[in-house]
Amino acid sequence: MGLLHVSRISLVASACVCACAIAMLGTASAVPPRTISITINAMSFASPERAVKVGDTVEWLNKDVVAHTATEKDAGLWDVTLAPGETRKAVMKRAGRFDYYCRLHPNMKATLVVERAAK
Amino acid sequence: MSIRINTIATTLTLLTLTAMPAFAQDNKPTDAQIAHIAYTAGVLDVEAGKQALSLSKNAQVRAFAEQMVKDHTAVNEQALALVKKLKVTPEDNATSKSLKSQADAKRAALAKLSGAAFDKAYIENEIAYHGTVNSALQTTLIPSAANGELKTLLQTGLKLFQGHQQHAETVAAKVK
Repeated sequence: MGLLHVSRISLVASACVCACAIAMLGTASAVPPRTISITINAMSFASPERAVKVGDTVEWLNKDVVAHTATEKDAGLWDVTLAPGETRKAVMKRAGRFDYYCRLHPNMKATLVVERAAK
Repeated sequence: MSIRINTIATTLTLLTLTAMPAFAQDNKPTDAQIAHIAYTAGVLDVEAGKQALSLSKNAQVRAFAEQMVKDHTAVNEQALALVKKLKVTPEDNATSKSLKSQADAKRAALAKLSGAAFDKAYIENEIAYHGTVNSALQTTLIPSAANGELKTLLQTGLKLFQGHQQHAETVAAKVK
């Protein structure tokens, strides 16, 4: 009985150590949200297609002398207006493939592919 | 009345669609002439935008006109800085003169309109005007530009004008 009790305790302890280790590993491997910069220059978005993760922040930098917008095309998920020289951000909250464009110059188009964040 | 307004609008559109005088193959424009044509095209659209801001009460038309004034003013400032740097003196020529005389005639015709008739005629003219300038940039001005920096500025200008043309089309779809 005594021996069985000790074994049970060490089994529980081992299980705890394993669980903690797994939890720590999980924490270590989770990628923190990033900020991804996309430059607008000469009437173009610098990255025609860019992959990001849910939770990431995308910031657009307008290096043109005219104002632009970065406007999600279908669901209105984000619509940022950028004066010349301005930087604006949007947090990517939903996974999917999203086309966006400049409302002021609709020939400026690009795509963000938002992937689910690693768990 | 409605038929008359439509006729005026159609006439205005046709006036704008008149092609700019083309340079003969062996007589392509110089950089000084190209710079002046591009600059003039911008100035004329700024003037058209200012006229729309003084005559239109439509929020979308006014926002578009305001953008035209800002965009073309900003790009023309870049163009002026470039010609100064390149020590090029912009030179008046048949194409820039034709652009100006057509735009002057258009502005006078638009001044006779008001309300929805003005909005429709202005935005349709913007579509046609940007189309005409885009065509000139693609077929004559960009291929003829000798200086690399001028050519790059014209290529960016083409994207800007194409963007304006598409934007004008979206506004026109809402101004009926």
